[in-house]
Amino acid sequence: MSDWKKLCQLDDIPRQGSRVVASASGDIALFRTDDDEVFAVHDQCPHKGGPLSQGILTGRVVTCPLHGWKIALENGEAVAPDAGCARTFSVKRVGDDVWIAT
Amino acid sequence: MTKQKLVMVGNGMAGCRTLEELLKLEPDLYEITVFGAEPHPNYNRILLSPVLAGEMSLPDIVLNDHDWYRDNAITLHAGKTVTKIDRKAQRVFAADGTVADYDRLLLATGSSPFILPVPGKDLPGVIAYRDIADTEAMIAAAQAHRHAVVIGAGLLGLEAANGLRLRGMDVTVVHLAEWIMERQLDRSAADLLKQSLEAKGLKFLLGKQTAELVAGPENEGGRVAAIRFKDGEIIPAELVVMAVGIRPNTTLAESAGIHTVRGVVVNDTLQTYDPKIYAVGECAAHRGTAYGLVAPLFEQAKVCANHLAQFGIGRYTGSVTSTKLKVTGIDVFSAGNFTGDETTEEIVLSDPAGGVYKKLVIRGETLVGAVLYGDTADGAWYFQLLRDQQNIGEIRDHLMFGAAHAGSIGDVGHAGQSQAATMADSAEVCGCNGVCKGTIVKAIKEKGLFTVDEVRRHTKASSSCGSCTGLVEQILASTVGGAYQPVESRDKAVCGCTEHSHGEVRAAIRDQHLLSIPQVMQALGWTTPNGCAACRPALNYYLISSWPHEAHDDPQSRFINERAHANIQKDGTFSVVPRMWGGLTTPKELRAIADVAEKYQVPTVKMTGGARIDLLGIKKTDLPKVWADLGQAGMVSGHAYGKSIRTVKTCVGAEHCRFGTQLAMSMGVKLEKMLFGMWSPHKVKLAVSGCPRNCAEAGIKDVGVIGVDSGYELYVAGNGGIKTEVAQFFCKVTSDEEVLEYAAAFLQLYREQGFYLERTCHYVARVGLDAIKKIVVDDAPRRRELYERLLFALQNYEDPWNAAVQKPALRREFETLEILEI
Ligand code: SRM
Ligand SMILES: Cc1cc2nc3c(=O)[nH]c(=O)nc-3n(C[C@H](O)[C@H](O)[C@H](O)COP(=O)(O)OP(=O)(O)OC[C@H]3O[C@@H](n4cnc5c(N)ncnc54)[C@H](O)[C@@H]3O)c2cc1C
Ligand code: SF4
Ligand code: FES
Repeated sequence: MSDWKKLCQLDDIPRQGSRVVASASGDIALFRTDDDEVFAVHDQCPHKGGPLSQGILTGRVVTCPLHGWKIALENGEAVAPDAGCARTFSVKRVGDDVWIAT
Repeated sequence: MTKQKLVMVGNGMAGCRTLEELLKLEPDLYEITVFGAEPHPNYNRILLSPVLAGEMSLPDIVLNDHDWYRDNAITLHAGKTVTKIDRKAQRVFAADGTVADYDRLLLATGSSPFILPVPGKDLPGVIAYRDIADTEAMIAAAQAHRHAVVIGAGLLGLEAANGLRLRGMDVTVVHLAEWIMERQLDRSAADLLKQSLEAKGLKFLLGKQTAELVAGPENEGGRVAAIRFKDGEIIPAELVVMAVGIRPNTTLAESAGIHTVRGVVVNDTLQTYDPKIYAVGECAAHRGTAYGLVAPLFEQAKVCANHLAQFGIGRYTGSVTSTKLKVTGIDVFSAGNFTGDETTEEIVLSDPAGGVYKKLVIRGETLVGAVLYGDTADGAWYFQLLRDQQNIGEIRDHLMFGAAHAGSIGDVGHAGQSQAATMADSAEVCGCNGVCKGTIVKAIKEKGLFTVDEVRRHTKASSSCGSCTGLVEQILASTVGGAYQPVESRDKAVCGCTEHSHGEVRAAIRDQHLLSIPQVMQALGWTTPNGCAACRPALNYYLISSWPHEAHDDPQSRFINERAHANIQKDGTFSVVPRMWGGLTTPKELRAIADVAEKYQVPTVKMTGGARIDLLGIKKTDLPKVWADLGQAGMVSGHAYGKSIRTVKTCVGAEHCRFGTQLAMSMGVKLEKMLFGMWSPHKVKLAVSGCPRNCAEAGIKDVGVIGVDSGYELYVAGNGGIKTEVAQFFCKVTSDEEVLEYAAAFLQLYREQGFYLERTCHYVARVGLDAIKKIVVDDAPRRRELYERLLFALQNYEDPWNAAVQKPALRREFETLEILEI
């Protein structure tokens, strides 16, 4: 069973944007989609480690700012034909609060 | 809700492409059933030639395997021929009794080879060249027999003959006309081609008419044994391949009463006379033409899919085609109207000894046709000129010498690589991503790629700086032959999310007064809910440049550099380039920079190519602090990160220099201050030199200003980057005020008409320098209006660094959240 920790308010993340969460095990990119879903992935692109938090978010896909790989937020998988995977973290919304599983 | 039913008859290249396009748009709209007479899934028919030649094998050429049909829930009836359509009941019937109902029917039955009506045409050993079964029959015959005769010396016939020869047969090509490939080549090119093929061991009999195919002894199976011509000559033939043309497969449509005239007649949406029935591919006759090459069929597929998906966008208006013979080691290319007529002129280069022949057919100031033999490296370039109907008036003198000589100086990073076909497989094509030719060719063949976009996605070649795009196009063209079709550049869709071109999107934003990205997407029927990383920044730019102070800038639609007002580095840190107006600085500014560099432990401090100082390797969280410190010394953003005004380089000018005729530094500072905060389709760089010695390099800037004794000369559309372009003379003015007004008017026109990511040199090439001069130089009132519109757009522009320092809401972008437990 994972422990849930309150991380921030939904409005701390810009819609269609992201925030960086500094964690003990490295940076995590926290995203908020156009329809207010939240996702969290390790802030390192499977290609060459680019900071995914800095990419452009469209739907549930972020485009890495360095060389344009597209990463699906649900599972961290690179969109074909690229191949690779970024670690994901469980996050949820409870009302206006965003929680992360530790 | 039950899905509508889509039935497709003919499981070939055009049909399956239509389904692929449809699934991209509306994956869940239809329940799809496919009938194919051949017992195979869809394969790449054009690669039957390399298979016959032994260069590829059959499994390599499958385009959509059985898994594809399954994954997309498509019912495939492979090996079943549809024999009847009941249009009233909306139902089709196959020969084996299978029945399927449809709401929409797609006919993609292709064509059948034409068989000469001569005695003996049905003998064993007499075949056509169309499908896998024919290819297998040829391969088998090559193992058992010696003499092959190919009737017809068009593309198909020659490829068949070449393949059979490579498989060891003694091959004679028989042709009715006086020279080979007479529908694609003129006589000079054809004679050269014939010589090369003869050198490969093929024999030719030209001007010969077949009278009869003669059977061999009954006890040997009654197989064909010889061919007799009208003139009485007889030659041995244990295999006869008829490659004398194709006929659209219209029998099925005709029997159902659908209007056909040399093909199933379709309109610009690929709809037949029965609105429930569509037709694409070789079976369709569009404006009187049934095409026999895949490139136009794929264009049809795209349009047809859009209408099947009920989007109703896009019309197919016909295609210009090109052909290329797929015989390894021989390069023949032809496109457009290569025979010419009384309204055309020809430029010909003929070097029979060197094995090169080139003919360009020109009407007025456009290229309308081309034939290349021996050296086809520029085929893709000519084809693009032809399709775009580009005005070639100015480059006519160099046209024959190809893209490399057409008026531009450099294409850096690709020195010595202009001939895609002769490049070694190990040669690097894309310098940014390290992709070599072999990798690209392999991907094209194995994955069945047909467009530069697809090659880009699968190999990464030309996906970064783009300077190798031309080379990638050439490789694509030489690998897929006539299947290659460049997109008309000016009509290119913005991205995969829409059918609309940049021009159409700009016009809609202006004409319908659209003010936000969701509005544009709604009004123009975007196919994705919130776009992609390619269209969002473009739309954002079009909105803010069309409706300054009205449309909201959307930070989430900007690339990170423009959102963070700094350049992202490979390690995720940022670089900071404060503005130094005109390249001038002061001890106070230098001191502030030095202090910042120490305080924030900036790893690298460097002079940029833009004549200012770069602080590289700053953490994102430190950016607002760095800016606050620099701001104390009066420094603002240098926008080294933006599609915006970058730098105005200056020389010392008449302020100090013994040759200076004008105050270059002061002119440069005035220009840079005027343009501060200007967003543009791409970055904009200026330079001002005090005399024609031009120490500020004004000759390769978007706007270059050169002081002369009587005033200033203005140059526009230079570029010092990927492809060096010398700026073109624009006009001469006398005062500083005029420099400001003319430069601003030119840049405003570019801001209003330029497509996103189009530098001024590309913009000017697209619309023509004369058209721009007419507005900016000759028309004083319009110049004045443009100038004022730019000043209005730039009014009250706030330095983005200072804004982030002052406003907590903007600062959030730079702050991190924290959690310790993970
Ligand atoms: C910092 C600088 C190199 C340097 O150390 O000198 C630089 C750095 C970059 N250039 Fe440049 N260019 C720099 C001067 C130039 C110049 C020279 C000039 O400005 O006089 C050119 C050729 C002149 C021109 O543009 O016409 C130049 C032509 C390019 C191009 C090719 C543009 C083209 O249209 O062909 C790109 C790619 C692009 O923009 O798409 C590019 C792109 C880049 C980017 C932004 C690549 C990127 O997207 O990340 C580089 C950022 C590096 C970083 O990590 O910060 N840079 N770049 C120079 C900054 C100048 C400044 O003060 O603002
Ligand atoms: C050897 C060879 C080399 C070629 N090289 C090139 C080249 O280099 N460049 C180029 O652009 N083009 C080339 N072509 C032409 C290209 O292959 C065709 O233009 C293209 O395949 C046509 O696509 P289509 O879908 O219209 O027809 P097809 O691919 O022929 O598909 C039609 C399918 O429908 C099936 N069918 C027909 N009637 C029925 C029915 N009643 N019921 C069920 N199924 C039916 C047929 O069996 C066939 O499988 C080449 C062709 C050949 C044969
Ligand atoms: S600074 Fe410019 S030239 Fe140098 S590596 Fe980066 S993009 Fe290439
Ligand atoms: S690091 Fe993300 S695409 Fe290269």
